[in-house]
Amino acid sequence: MSSPEADETGKDQPGSVTVAGEAEATEAPDASAIAATAAPEVMAGSLGEYARLWLRRVRSGESGALPVIAGLIVIGAYFQIREPAFLSAGNIANLMTQAGFLITFCMAQTFPLLLGEIDLSLGFNAAIGATITLWMVAIAHPFPTWLAILAGIAVCAAIAAIEGLIIVWLRIPSFVVTLAGLLGLNGVLLWLFEQTGGVGLGGVIQDHNGFINGLVSSNVSPTAGWIILIVAIALAAVFMILRDQRRRRNGLVAPPLSVTLLKLAAAAAVGVALVLVLNHNRSSGVIPLEGVPWVVPIVLVLTVLLSVLLGRTKFGRYMYAVGGNAEAARRAGINLSRIRVLAFAALGVIAGITGILYASFLGSISNNIAGGQYVLYSVAGAVIGGVSLFGGRGRITGAVLGGFVVAVIYNGVILLGLGAAGQYIWTAAVLLAAVILDALARRGATVT
Amino acid sequence: MVTNGSEDGTRPADAGRVPSGSGSASPGPAGNGDTPLLRLENIGKSFGPVQALSGITLDIPAGKVTALAGDNGAGKSTLIKCIAGIWQPTTGQLVWRGKPEHLHSPRDATNLGIATVYQDLALADNLDIVQNILLGHELTRFGLLDEINMELTAKKTLADLRVTTVRSIRQPVGSLSGGQRQAVAVAKAVLLDAELVIMDEPTAALGVTQTELVLSLIERLASLGHAVLVVSHNLTDVFRVADRIAVLYLGRLAAVGPKAEFDTASVVDLMTTGASARLHNGDGSEPAASGNVSSGAEG
Repeated sequence: MSSPEADETGKDQPGSVTVAGEAEATEAPDASAIAATAAPEVMAGSLGEYARLWLRRVRSGESGALPVIAGLIVIGAYFQIREPAFLSAGNIANLMTQAGFLITFCMAQTFPLLLGEIDLSLGFNAAIGATITLWMVAIAHPFPTWLAILAGIAVCAAIAAIEGLIIVWLRIPSFVVTLAGLLGLNGVLLWLFEQTGGVGLGGVIQDHNGFINGLVSSNVSPTAGWIILIVAIALAAVFMILRDQRRRRNGLVAPPLSVTLLKLAAAAAVGVALVLVLNHNRSSGVIPLEGVPWVVPIVLVLTVLLSVLLGRTKFGRYMYAVGGNAEAARRAGINLSRIRVLAFAALGVIAGITGILYASFLGSISNNIAGGQYVLYSVAGAVIGGVSLFGGRGRITGAVLGGFVVAVIYNGVILLGLGAAGQYIWTAAVLLAAVILDALARRGATVT
Repeated sequence: MVTNGSEDGTRPADAGRVPSGSGSASPGPAGNGDTPLLRLENIGKSFGPVQALSGITLDIPAGKVTALAGDNGAGKSTLIKCIAGIWQPTTGQLVWRGKPEHLHSPRDATNLGIATVYQDLALADNLDIVQNILLGHELTRFGLLDEINMELTAKKTLADLRVTTVRSIRQPVGSLSGGQRQAVAVAKAVLLDAELVIMDEPTAALGVTQTELVLSLIERLASLGHAVLVVSHNLTDVFRVADRIAVLYLGRLAAVGPKAEFDTASVVDLMTTGASARLHNGDGSEPAASGNVSSGAEG
């Protein structure tokens, strides 16, 4: 019944206080060690204190999004120095359209990773969904677009849920089940193309549907871009300030107003810069090409929805609990199988959306999609963004940042003309650097 | 989202409520000698040919700390698993508030008001104190988690238990000391309205300060009116917190009685040989009688 290993892991956590033997000398465990691990949001009363707590937390290995953002700046600066066109309006718009589906791939992979599982079949699953959607709108008497999109997403969700069920029922590691999925779904994709007849001639279904085509590459009008930005920032401001007020009213610690305003200002600055650049006419021809690509608000909305799902619902809480300590979750009355299957179904839904974004980006879907490679990118992006491979740690915003890093490398390497070789090596180097940084920070935390 | 929200919503509201029959000085009806909160009647458990427990008759009164001592293999774990609903006793029965009950699963035990804090504590290190304490019983507001009320509930529960050493209840449980982790696990049990809290080796692997924290936690639990059953090897701790001591030896109850009837030497004798000539009532080999040990103990 008693499992000493479980207790051991607890003591190994960053910043944990020694429990055994004579090392225990003081009444309250070292306050600074504890402050190091709690979020500054719930500890600090003033801006100065917040900054101090945050710095201490970073030094103790809980660096949050800091390394990813720093890495992003370094990589961006390098590309900009090597190729001045990197930060041009045209390339940034390009980068956004490339980043869209890579980011949603990382979001999808975050779900199994949080449980300590993995989905290797994600890429081909998304491709199957996209194939079904495009097929339904490409035939002579096409289905309504919304039905085609829903059908594609539903198929992806069903495939992922079936994999989840196999994992749960037969208690086979997700690695093996989804490895079979990786191979099997590739086969299913090829078979599916054989069934499409003339539509998928030559292994490619062209996308002539205006709506699906425009999801990624058509642009929000410049005015609408500003309106969306203002509404988004205003909503965030109202939400954050009201929440903090409610916390204070109930006698709980809330971040100082200055911190909240600083965060909002930072978000607004990034948003304004992005909209400004993308509202530039980037066309060299007569027809103007300006505005934020639609994929940006789509990814933004997905980020908010999934963050709420993971951070503010019971399902999300249970996912973290199962990933952190499945036995604790089980004893708390949580149905582990149900959470696992639901997580895989959720992954499937995001994979379905990803497939459609991918098809929209390419303007077609092909049966030789690099499904395996995208899976590896999704894992790499999620891990770069701080999602733990061992479950229980990581956030959707991390996956977004990590996916963006992968996209920046993809974009910059093409721009520099380094080809596939450079792209793989760069991604590998950044992935390794992210993991090494994380490991070093944690080791530093346990030593001190 | 996963479980019925409204049902959960009502629960922690009265989480800090003191169960009836509170106070060790003036035990209420449940704490009375006549109907103890839980009475084990002639409990026996065998695994095939192996008789792990036989003839255990033991009262566990509310508002009191009952210590269960015994060497390795004496049957302590088996006994608490029978009480926690993990295993069903082969013979005998559990009498809860004077009513015989059959526990078929841990959930039955939880529903009765029996909570077990195992040695591994079953905490998720990646979640913070509030999230751990309310795990599986989250409060919701408009379908979303109500962090504010959950934090207030957790805060109140910890305050009732006089746990004051944690600086922020929003820090991950992985960053806590052993004693604090134990406190979080106990708070979890208290929040579920547990009337009987079983603690399995709560002070094992703890330092001096942390042990003190846990022992005062146990005393606090009893003074709030909970029945506490502490399983421990550590006789110093047993004598420090227990009101009553029960000693198991090879699956049988070697002795049970108020703490005053024992001393360390007699408990060691009982744990190692099943008998002691040094018992304060001086009866030699037979268990110390306190009204609980009947002839059934031999069955």
